[in-house]
Amino acid sequence: MAGQGTSLRVYLITRIALVLPMVFILLTFVFLLMRVAPGDPISASLGGHVPQPVINQIKHQLGFDKPLYVQYGNYLWDILRGNFGSTITDRRPVSDIILTNGAATLELTFFAMIVAVVVGVLVGLVAGRYRDTPLDVGGRLFGIVVYATPVFFLGLMAQLLFGSTLGWLPTSDRASPITQATLQTHTNIFTLDAIIDGNWGDLGDVVLHLILPATTLGLVTAGVFIRLIRVNVIRTLRDDYIEAARARGIGERAVVYRHAFKNALVPVITVVGLTTAGLLGGAVLTETTFNWPGIGHELVLYLENRDYTAVQGIIVVFGLVVVAVSVIIDFVNAFIDPRIRY
Amino acid sequence: MAAPAELRTPLPVSRVLWRGTRRMLAPVAGAGGFAKVMLLVGAGITAFFVLVALLAPVISPYAFDQYSSGGHRFAQLAAPSSGHPMGTTVQSTDVLARVIWGTQTELKVVVVSLAFALAVGVPLGLVSGYFSGPLDRALVLLMDALYAFPYLLLAIVIAFLLSNSIGKGVLTAAIAISGAYIPLYFRVVRNHVISLREEPYVEAARALGARPFTVIRRYVFYNVVQNVPPIATLNAADAILTLAALGFLGYGIQPTEAAEWGYDIQRAVSDAASGIWWTGLFPGLAIVLLVTGLTLLGEGLNETINPVLRRRAVAKFELPAVPPSADIVEP
Repeated sequence: MAGQGTSLRVYLITRIALVLPMVFILLTFVFLLMRVAPGDPISASLGGHVPQPVINQIKHQLGFDKPLYVQYGNYLWDILRGNFGSTITDRRPVSDIILTNGAATLELTFFAMIVAVVVGVLVGLVAGRYRDTPLDVGGRLFGIVVYATPVFFLGLMAQLLFGSTLGWLPTSDRASPITQATLQTHTNIFTLDAIIDGNWGDLGDVVLHLILPATTLGLVTAGVFIRLIRVNVIRTLRDDYIEAARARGIGERAVVYRHAFKNALVPVITVVGLTTAGLLGGAVLTETTFNWPGIGHELVLYLENRDYTAVQGIIVVFGLVVVAVSVIIDFVNAFIDPRIRY
Repeated sequence: MAAPAELRTPLPVSRVLWRGTRRMLAPVAGAGGFAKVMLLVGAGITAFFVLVALLAPVISPYAFDQYSSGGHRFAQLAAPSSGHPMGTTVQSTDVLARVIWGTQTELKVVVVSLAFALAVGVPLGLVSGYFSGPLDRALVLLMDALYAFPYLLLAIVIAFLLSNSIGKGVLTAAIAISGAYIPLYFRVVRNHVISLREEPYVEAARALGARPFTVIRRYVFYNVVQNVPPIATLNAADAILTLAALGFLGYGIQPTEAAEWGYDIQRAVSDAASGIWWTGLFPGLAIVLLVTGLTLLGEGLNETINPVLRRRAVAKFELPAVPPSADIVEP
């Protein structure tokens, strides 16, 4: 057992060591992308009506008048210290955006992921189990159509149906104005805040506001899960140990439900990691559609204002989150599955 | 280097292309079952949209930005009627005309972005995989880092940066979208080349004294190129979603230049509050249908071409439905 612990530790350390150059390349890439692009970021951010001396002064404050390699060094050093810069247009630290708006994005993507996993696993298991039957064809088609639907279009149609026509669900914001006023924010994750205070009325309101955005984003993400779970069930059902279980006279039901499905579900964790990047991209669109005040929503606003430093900071954070999630997923996998030691 | 004459004479371009296409399509004839159904349905839907795009000037009742006809202005936000089968928008333009002309825009952007991604990704993958060494390692690291990035964000940022300098046209959108696919082609091609490098026929060519580029062009390229159609089709599906997303966020095609479905849906968001459905529904359905068609075609190709790959015992090759899922790690 001691040997196993060492190999796990070695694996984890190698994994972290491998991710460092990747993070470095990511940071360099974002830096170059933002600096090499034609046009002067500061003038663009401030609009065309600012006198030259003011522009020069702001450039000096932000260090844009220094040589490129000095800027690059400062940029890396700042990020190392957890400083992602601040916006040009409203002088807000990017870390502040992450703390306040990040909670909204986290809440949305968390519940969307739950929807994606539940729908994806159910449809994927059924399609794989009843391979080449109408159920399978239906499940696969559902997966393809769901993938083919832009998240903002699905959101728009959901707003039309459940908001305008039926009037069942709210179609924008995280909570109604009254709730926003009464809810004590501890974590900025509204569902958690309401639960902490035992504020059930507000919890209901918050959940109602979550349903449409989270379901929309979740359904669109479910396509990937359906596809992978289905293939995995088919592969597992062909495995030797399933054959062995059948040979021992175990009923088909028990073989499928107790032996095959359990193993077919192992990659779900991996897929959760792989879909994170797509989910964050989808969150930008979902937040814009439902006026959900998350990081993606802020990113779009700063893009409109041509705020280079804000865009750079938010993009870096998104990239780091994706890398971090992939490392965490690898850790979890290594922990639960002793076969994974590269 | 004394290479046999046959190896040194370059093939005419037309023959190279013909041979490539024939090799790519060969397995399709032998397809069967559900794969064939997907393939045919997908090809049918795709062909329909290509036709609509080509015939747009003939079949579209109006121009994409036309808001009046015969001297009188169309009604704003009119419900679907015989005059405007899909209704009109808030700017009085005809929704049907915008959907038809939008087809042209989407396909134009897809073709340009795919050409761009292929032109960069495939040669890089070929060279990187064949020669390996430090260049290969550096490229792999760079491409992996790019690949980890949320690709929609990458496209948004590139479109945002380019819109300052070269404006919001087909080219900007295409470059922004292709940036996300270059790493994918690079990866698939490179991995396949590495597995081919030690094949006897490649080794034989090398032993005959063929120069590296001759080997790549004549022996490696044709085998690698078989992987491209399914991926390119699935990427085309993805590119349409990305373009629509860019349009929705205001970083797609300039609205005065061409009709674009994503932009139309963004305009429809404000209509939805008052229960107006036709301005958003039709462009959205067009996206869903076209992307579904391309995905079916890509999956069909994938399933028909993959058995060929398996028979040749080529190393692990997972085709992605969605680019971020391309590197599923088998437990």
